[in-house]
Amino acid sequence: MPSTVLDDPEAPPQRTSLARRWQGMGWGFVSKLVLMMLVNAFGLATIFSAIGAQAWGILIAMVVLLVVADIIYFTKLAVPLKYVFPGLVFLLVFQVFTMAYTGYVAFTNYGTGHNLTQQQAIDANLIQNEKKVDGSPTYPLTVVRSGSELGFAIVDEGVVKVGTAEQPLQVAPDAVVDGSGRATEVPGFDVIPTSDIYSDQQMQKDVVVLRVPVSDDADEGSIRTQDAINGAIYRSVLVWSEELQTMTNVDTGVVYVADPNTGSFIAEDGSTLTVGWRVVVGFQNFTKALTDTNYAGPLLKVTAWTFAFAILTVLSSFFVGLVLAIIFNDERVRGRKVWRTLFILPYAFPAFMSALLFKGMLNRQFGIINDWFFGGAEIPWLQDQWLARFSVLMVNLWLSYPYWFLVCTGALQALPKETMEASRIDGAGASKQFRSITLPLLLISTAPLAIASFAFNFNNFTIIWMLTEGGPAMPESNTGLGYTDLLISAIYRISGVQGGKADYGLASALSILVFIVVGVVSAIAFRQTRKLEEF
Amino acid sequence: MTTTTPATAKAPKPPEVKKAPTKRSRWMVEVAWKYPVAVLVVFIAAFPLVYVLSASFSKIGSLAGSSRLFAQFSLANYQALGDTKYWTWVLNTLEVGFATAIGATLMGAAAAYAFSRFRFRGRRTSLTTLLIVQMFPQTVAFIAVFLLLLALGNVVPVLGLNSKIALICVYLGGALGANTFLMYGFFNSIPTEIDESAKVDGATHAQTFWRLIMPLVTPILAVVALLSFMVAFGDFILSKIVLTKESNWTLAVGMYNWVSDQLVANWGLFAAGAVIAAIPVLVLFLALQRYIVGGLTAGSVKG
Repeated sequence: MPSTVLDDPEAPPQRTSLARRWQGMGWGFVSKLVLMMLVNAFGLATIFSAIGAQAWGILIAMVVLLVVADIIYFTKLAVPLKYVFPGLVFLLVFQVFTMAYTGYVAFTNYGTGHNLTQQQAIDANLIQNEKKVDGSPTYPLTVVRSGSELGFAIVDEGVVKVGTAEQPLQVAPDAVVDGSGRATEVPGFDVIPTSDIYSDQQMQKDVVVLRVPVSDDADEGSIRTQDAINGAIYRSVLVWSEELQTMTNVDTGVVYVADPNTGSFIAEDGSTLTVGWRVVVGFQNFTKALTDTNYAGPLLKVTAWTFAFAILTVLSSFFVGLVLAIIFNDERVRGRKVWRTLFILPYAFPAFMSALLFKGMLNRQFGIINDWFFGGAEIPWLQDQWLARFSVLMVNLWLSYPYWFLVCTGALQALPKETMEASRIDGAGASKQFRSITLPLLLISTAPLAIASFAFNFNNFTIIWMLTEGGPAMPESNTGLGYTDLLISAIYRISGVQGGKADYGLASALSILVFIVVGVVSAIAFRQTRKLEEF
Repeated sequence: MTTTTPATAKAPKPPEVKKAPTKRSRWMVEVAWKYPVAVLVVFIAAFPLVYVLSASFSKIGSLAGSSRLFAQFSLANYQALGDTKYWTWVLNTLEVGFATAIGATLMGAAAAYAFSRFRFRGRRTSLTTLLIVQMFPQTVAFIAVFLLLLALGNVVPVLGLNSKIALICVYLGGALGANTFLMYGFFNSIPTEIDESAKVDGATHAQTFWRLIMPLVTPILAVVALLSFMVAFGDFILSKIVLTKESNWTLAVGMYNWVSDQLVANWGLFAAGAVIAAIPVLVLFLALQRYIVGGLTAGSVKG
């Protein structure tokens, strides 16, 4: 009984709502399906590629992300995550992971000479120390290709043998040898004419580094060539012993012991092989930054300057911006809108271009600053350590006062009229009113911005790098650190990501220092703004 | 001085004749001096920009001899831009900037919608975590970004070094936290009654998001898109690390390269390139001043 009563009136609306839902979901569902197909296709491609490249970390991460994505978007288990997930993936991979990874690298010796795993380092050393075997015959050699893979065909006492980097030499019975004794046809391979190799630089390089093992036994060495015409057997002068964990140079008899603490192969006399491997070294990077005479002094100066730069920039630009805001927050001044727009011009000009522009204008001989304002005197604005610091501060003031002018103008206009009125009636003079009411109210509303600005300038890589590249260099150190280097540019220099000697470990350790400073400052800002209360 | 104001307010008519000279001297003391100050400030603010404009029209490509403003008028530098990779860099910058802006806006809006409209377990904790994470600048972790892309490039070449897509992904990762917060506040200011009534009418959460909320939050979408674009446009350190090949560079990397070496610096090219790149930015910025300042005071991206 009740069911029929309920059924009848409910039937029509249910039908319409279903129909409406179907229409609504039609487009949404199709686009979702297409998007998820693309995501899954990308994910699977990455997974297979990761297996091929033996990148297990990426493989695991991709599998997890893909499974989670499919669960989120094809079930109703976690509806909010449908909205948060895309952003979350990017945040996790490119921000959270990179921060955590910085923390890990800071405790390793990762850098030039310590880029690889131990096994890779062993292989690299063996290859680097290969020498032509004494008394090895020279074989007439032909470069061949199978697909994209290069190989060598040699003629050994009339028998043609062919192989690639992966495939040791094998006898090729049906190959054809010409009058000069070189193979001209090898079944299963394309013969590459020597002229082709000489005209292609990349192929030249590939041919010179190509090693075709003589047999499955690595100790027998491999065929290499310098001229793509003659091949010889090369063998490493080093021998690796797995049980003893030593590399022995069979020529000189020197034994290099693998040291798991430093990630190097060390001989008794202290010399090491060029290629080491990556190991966790504990606090070594931190102690190096604090005690190594090459780094400690310069880094202390850099740190002090970083603080000075950030604090002075905030104070000076805040001061100038505030003064201008007070002066021109005056209804009696005509054309305020036009003035204001002109005042903030430096802010509207892209910052990196301004910095580069000032680098030119501050040029000692040809810059217009010297030419226009100092009668052509050759003042070394960017070459003297104190002048360089002063110039950097002034340029940054030029760049950032408009921001504070805008902020302070806004804050001044937002001051409660009643309070101002009341103070005036109570007999406060202009200066008294400013000191006791305007300034405190202004500081409260701008303090969080000042802290954010401090944090920004603490890491203001762009202006420093564009203007001085950190220079002038400190003479007492061969690290290349300069008097205007901020911590972030010092890190950049030390890290060697732009070439030169790389020391990711030390650079990451310094990054941690920056993270701590920024974290502490942000924590203060966090308490100040009490953003949490808004939740 | 201010004490006289109540008097004038009380009796505005009679003292007017008397006040005329005092008013004038007061104007001199209180207002007139502000005009010279304004002129000085405008001079300081504008002379580098006038100089770069003048240098861009100069025939000589070097710093020397560019001191006299508008001594020559030649478009040689602008024409010479065509022989360089300049326009490729402009295109790259636009590609990276727009992709970042669109991606960051969509992802930020979606996340803000979830935090603002759904009540779920761990919401507060997630918000707090997000707030803390976004405080740490991504640029400081550039070594890890470099190493990550190095590893990713072996598996997925489009996410490796020297890929614009990889750079966009890096920017998206760094932008999300702050943007979500900026938008979260705005989303909260939209009354929930709107979505509730939509729900009653049978709208799904996706429909509510796309058809109802998104049109209502357009102002904040514009602000976030603009700020994200500006961040991508102005970034140097990450783009320098990621984009290694000249044809992939953005303007910041390319133009730095033009003038970084004193010996081969080509200031004429730089000036012309800077003028072209800066004009749209300048116009956009001045036109949208109000929004940008609002966004900056909330997020503080630059300054």
